[in-house]
Amino acid sequence: MADNGGAPDFSSWSCPLPLADYPTIVMGHGGGGKLGNELVEHLFLPAFRNAALENLGDAAILELAPGRIAMSTDSFVVQPIFFPGGSIGELAVNGTVNDLAVSGADPKFLSASFILEEGFPLAQLAAVVRAMADAAATAGVRIVTGDTKVVERGHGDGCYINTAGVGVLRPGIEVGPHRAQVGDVILVSGTIGDHGMAIMSVREGLEFESQIRSDCAALNGLIADVLDAVGKDVHAMRDPTRGGLSSTLNEIASSSNVGIEIDETNLPVRTEVQSACELLGLDPVYVANEGKVVLFVAAQAADRVLAVLRAHPLGRDAAMIGQVTAQHPRMLVARTSMGANRVIAPQIGEQLPRIC
Amino acid sequence: MKYLTEFRNGEVAQRIAREIHQVATRPWKIMEVCGGQTHSIIRNGIDQMIPAGIEMIHGPGCPVCVTPLNLIDKALAIASQPGVIFCSFGDMLRVPGTDRDLFQVKGNGGDVRVVYSPLDAVELAVRNPDKQVVFFGVGFETTAPANAMSVHLAKRRGLKNFSVLVSHVLVPPAIEAIMSSPGNKVQAFLAAGHVCSVMGYWEYPPITEKYRIPIVVTGFEPLDLLDGIRRAVIQLEKGEYRVENAYERIVSFAGNLPAQQLLSEVFEVADRAWRGIGVIPKSGWRLSAPYREFDAEERFQISGIHTEESPLCKSGDVLRGAIKPAECPAFGKECTPRHPLGATMVSSEGACAAYFNYGRFLSAEDLAHAGAALTGVANG
Repeated sequence: MADNGGAPDFSSWSCPLPLADYPTIVMGHGGGGKLGNELVEHLFLPAFRNAALENLGDAAILELAPGRIAMSTDSFVVQPIFFPGGSIGELAVNGTVNDLAVSGADPKFLSASFILEEGFPLAQLAAVVRAMADAAATAGVRIVTGDTKVVERGHGDGCYINTAGVGVLRPGIEVGPHRAQVGDVILVSGTIGDHGMAIMSVREGLEFESQIRSDCAALNGLIADVLDAVGKDVHAMRDPTRGGLSSTLNEIASSSNVGIEIDETNLPVRTEVQSACELLGLDPVYVANEGKVVLFVAAQAADRVLAVLRAHPLGRDAAMIGQVTAQHPRMLVARTSMGANRVIAPQIGEQLPRIC
Repeated sequence: MKYLTEFRNGEVAQRIAREIHQVATRPWKIMEVCGGQTHSIIRNGIDQMIPAGIEMIHGPGCPVCVTPLNLIDKALAIASQPGVIFCSFGDMLRVPGTDRDLFQVKGNGGDVRVVYSPLDAVELAVRNPDKQVVFFGVGFETTAPANAMSVHLAKRRGLKNFSVLVSHVLVPPAIEAIMSSPGNKVQAFLAAGHVCSVMGYWEYPPITEKYRIPIVVTGFEPLDLLDGIRRAVIQLEKGEYRVENAYERIVSFAGNLPAQQLLSEVFEVADRAWRGIGVIPKSGWRLSAPYREFDAEERFQISGIHTEESPLCKSGDVLRGAIKPAECPAFGKECTPRHPLGATMVSSEGACAAYFNYGRFLSAEDLAHAGAALTGVANG
């Protein structure tokens, strides 16, 4: 096997056809034969190299610490595949890592399944795979098993990725969307809406003066710092991805049967994101994030958690945004900058730009 | 953002609100014409800040809401045809027709696309010469200039595969229709600032004279709206009626003359049906004779559509200001943003959606403040 530091090496492809003749995915790459094997051998293995993967068995054989494990899976179908601040590759790793981390688990192993469309450029696949390898290395997780399928041209969108992951739960940590308590303080680890507006800016061909970048990042290190510092004082965590902060807070309000109040003036939003939202008639609380965590913590720990968050590169813009209340259970209410209240309802379907 | 945050200053807002409280000695009913204003009032809680006796009535100024069901059904029929790329602004996609919406057409294989400008639809027509590209030209005087420009460009470029399904409506005839309607309760208007940025406000002085009613040209930020309400209340308390421009940073008396010139070239005034209200004479635009070839209704000749409004929906009464959203028996029950019966619940600028989304939580203090009219909202 070629070892060239993770970059795809197609020079040794011998049979049935050299790469030069197949710069794109063909049906044979998913046929379980030679072409598929070469994809594994020359692309996936060099990129994801680890002992569990190299066995190439039907399942990865893993050793986990005793105790409870967390398991999560997610599918990634983002368009475009490359966007400012990342690609589907980083999303596929960080998304599952974050789902494990906000459950109080230390993420360990991931699977990666690719559904590729006939005609998808191999160079793009290589870039996606490299991005996954880098993201996994940064997050400290290993990609230990995977699969590749190819669908006919017109039946896919270039590249879809599914990842599943397992992590080991920290002893004594009990976090969950049903555990928010009246009196908890709510914190968010940074600015909201960056990912959704970055995607929209490229997908819709909108040109803003300054480029908006996705916040895509693995949060397990940041969350580990918080849990190391305050442990049991963290009651609930969520990464506010699709549906944005609104969906996350509404879900926790419902799951925990509590009311949630936030102060709009405390929400961290980048000026360029706010401006883009104003232009399109969107509300940043509904816009997706891929590198933020919302934390519900006991009031006495709130200052400490904020300090820990801000000491981490991914939490520099962390802010306290609200609290849990016994009033209006299952509802999210915002204090407006005018000093009045408004309900932030769960989003229905997609956010749609307004006419005027 | 600098130019927005200035108009969202909470302290200044509280000061203007206090002034309104000092000035107001009687109850007044003020209509904000535009759905964008309704949205901002509810979103920022301005209805909670003003005296309980000052009732904000939500007008018909949401283009999504007033597009007649028959036209939406036509849009759905055109969008379903093979070989058609149907382009629309985003918030029209969820508006229910008689039995489906544009999302469902898209799900069933229709080529429905969200565009941010009608000029994007023209570009699509250039790039897809084998397809018919149709743009759903909805809106008040605000969106009309860009739509007119798209037709103008299509003609100049000789495009034979571009057309517009026109549903443009005009604000001044709607104000007249409301003032002339039996049972009208409106005592002052906040005119829609963005409409006036195009059209100016030279059309309004005759209306203030005829109906002896104050009209204040008002913007959309919280301070704009509070200032508009303040000026309207001052006029009402003094028994005065005139047009005031509280949106001087954007609006001039004459408006945008090149835009008006383009509009008068591409469009001509026509009678228009308003959803829930009915036909208002000379209240809309249709393509003028030189541009009629770009009319999607003429090009596609859709007929035999079965159009049926929900019998439960009181959207028309809401649009006329006859009832508040929560006074509709279906509000929050059969009709929610998830299962909308009428367009006022679908559009984010619709009065019913604004009430449903933002108005459900009111404290006892807020309720006392906002008056009995809102009690139903909290219960809904």
